[in-house]
Amino acid sequence: MFHWLEKNPFFFAVGVFLVIAYAGIVTIVPDFMESARPLKGTKPYTALQIAGRQIYIANGCNTCHSQLIRPFKSETDRYGKYSLSGEYAYDRPFLWGSRRIGPDLHRVGNYRTTDWNENHMLDPEAVVPGSVMPKYGFMFKKSIDFKTAYAEAYTVKKVFNVPYDKPGMPKLGSYEQAKKAAFTQAGKIVADMRNQGVKDAYKKGDIKEIVAIIAYLNSLK
Amino acid sequence: MQSSSAINYDYTVAKYFTVATIVLGIVGMTVGVIIAFQLAFPELNNLFGEYGTFGRLRPIHTDGVAFGFTVSGVMATWYYVGQRVLKVSMAESKFLMFIGKLQFWLYVVLVASVVVSLLLGITTSKEYAEFEWPIDILVVIVWVLWGVSIFGLIGIRREKVLYISVWYYIATFLGVAMLYVFNNMEVPTYFVSGMGDWYHSVSMYAGSNDAMVQWWYGHNAVAFVFTVPIIAMIYYFLPKESGQPIFSYKLSLLSFWGLMFVYLWAGGHHLLYSTVPDWVQTMGSIFSIILILPSWGSAINMLLTMKGEWGQLRENPLIKFYVLASTFYMLSTLEGPIQAIKSVNALAHFTDWIPGHVHDGTLGWVGFMIIGAIFHMAPRMFKREIFSKKLIETQFWLQTTGIVMYFTSMWIAGITQGMMWRATDQYGNLSYSFIDTVEVLHPYWTLRAVGGLFYLIGVFMWAYNMYKTATSSKAIEKEPQYASPMA
Repeated sequence: MFHWLEKNPFFFAVGVFLVIAYAGIVTIVPDFMESARPLKGTKPYTALQIAGRQIYIANGCNTCHSQLIRPFKSETDRYGKYSLSGEYAYDRPFLWGSRRIGPDLHRVGNYRTTDWNENHMLDPEAVVPGSVMPKYGFMFKKSIDFKTAYAEAYTVKKVFNVPYDKPGMPKLGSYEQAKKAAFTQAGKIVADMRNQGVKDAYKKGDIKEIVAIIAYLNSLK
Repeated sequence: MQSSSAINYDYTVAKYFTVATIVLGIVGMTVGVIIAFQLAFPELNNLFGEYGTFGRLRPIHTDGVAFGFTVSGVMATWYYVGQRVLKVSMAESKFLMFIGKLQFWLYVVLVASVVVSLLLGITTSKEYAEFEWPIDILVVIVWVLWGVSIFGLIGIRREKVLYISVWYYIATFLGVAMLYVFNNMEVPTYFVSGMGDWYHSVSMYAGSNDAMVQWWYGHNAVAFVFTVPIIAMIYYFLPKESGQPIFSYKLSLLSFWGLMFVYLWAGGHHLLYSTVPDWVQTMGSIFSIILILPSWGSAINMLLTMKGEWGQLRENPLIKFYVLASTFYMLSTLEGPIQAIKSVNALAHFTDWIPGHVHDGTLGWVGFMIIGAIFHMAPRMFKREIFSKKLIETQFWLQTTGIVMYFTSMWIAGITQGMMWRATDQYGNLSYSFIDTVEVLHPYWTLRAVGGLFYLIGVFMWAYNMYKTATSSKAIEKEPQYASPMA
């Protein structure tokens, strides 16, 4: 049969495709619905948190930080409760990472404060001597792209039925409403910060990247 | 069978992609060396504001080397090997020549847009699939053009039986196509909401599902970019350069179909102890072990091809590249399954042992094979001898030293950090804070960066040697049959 295939490229290609395709079907498809189900109490991100998550992605934070606590005592002691599938139900894309150059962040909101994050993002080495993390001073100057954040929230609501605006779930509403809500949410974070530039910008209605990324980090619990 | 000298092969497109291989090799590996030094000396992160941080540059390194250097190398060799094993010249079909050139120029556009977008932080974050949807579409177009080229050339072939290398090129084409399309399913947010950045998208899959699809892709991108087409190369270039027939046809059959069947199951080993279903993890683990068989099948077939001709290792530096490549293939296909054992993975996952393993394969196997293949092509494409044998020898030993420094330091770094993360004192408390486990890595990270630098210098030597070969080396009248002529 193999000799015959070697003279018939079409059937050869079909054969190869079948052999390589079905492993994926068998391993991925069966549990697809099951593993997508949220836990009770898991909530989608607010638009401001999505803006922060987009900044997290744009700067490749996931290249050095995992968001997956494995079920070992050494990990739960260090980072908190081990991760459950349902907690990721609204994570598009998932951000588990593959290398911990820095510590895991899946529950960083439980043990780091706005104040800590502010100082640390500005100069990691000053907060954690020996740190190899880059300084993220530019996040104190760049403004967030709220339109793209809202666009993402709106898209997952429409296309994937993410339960925004449902009872007990975060409000999204129209763009104007979402913007107002984000502004209020950002205000609470800015109040805990020291950086004058960020505070002044906020007063003018401008939210800096650092505020959104802290909102996102604080939400990781 | 017709004698190959009767056909005038046209290497125009092969030459284009050869240039791309060298240029992108330099770019991708230079970025790699920079980010390696950034880990050892973090001040280097802040030289170019937001555009120079490790997080921004790392995907440019990985994609640059995988889809830049390696894929260009695959294309360059395809446009060389394809004609020769199918006994048909590109010059015989205006259409295929046009497709080949179009594929190349679109590929150049693609590479440029990838570099710019990643520098700007436009990324989906999924490893080796960072490109946003407009670039994904371009990838699909370039890939389909390659498919047209493969099957077009097969369609007008004189040699009816497809040589082993062609099997592997076909598999590369199909495998990458399938994996890439399914992993990059995403919804552009602008078209749903009417606002925000037009190029932004959100993944079709969420959480654990996204992880499963991503590592089904991520693991097999390794299979179909770093393994399958590289095997295609060694099956052609080793016998051609050495004048030795392939040791066993049956072993090549077994290895090919075995590899195709087994590889795709193994993606789950990237997700051990994660939240994906347990049975998927176990399957991933088991199939990773089974994967040793077809992998070693190919590698042993290569080494046994040299049976009785080991003297060539002394005389011909290209044979050195090929033999060391197969040896590194054996090493990394043994190391991978070891890391896929659950208890080993518990220690190794998230540590430097993983990138250490990847670089055994990429530097030792992929890099050496592509460099060796292109050296073999050079005298035939440019009708000149290779400029300097001495330089190849120097390059070989410098790069080999670099690889050894790289993987030994990364093994030690990975295992050290993994052990420190889990170490507890007599009361059961964690012995080390996280930063302790980072600071201890500094010497290994420095050693690794220097190892990488050695390898990069070797790539520059290769580039120089190739440039001189193409432009000013001694011309040859007749195409050499086996061993490549070199001065």
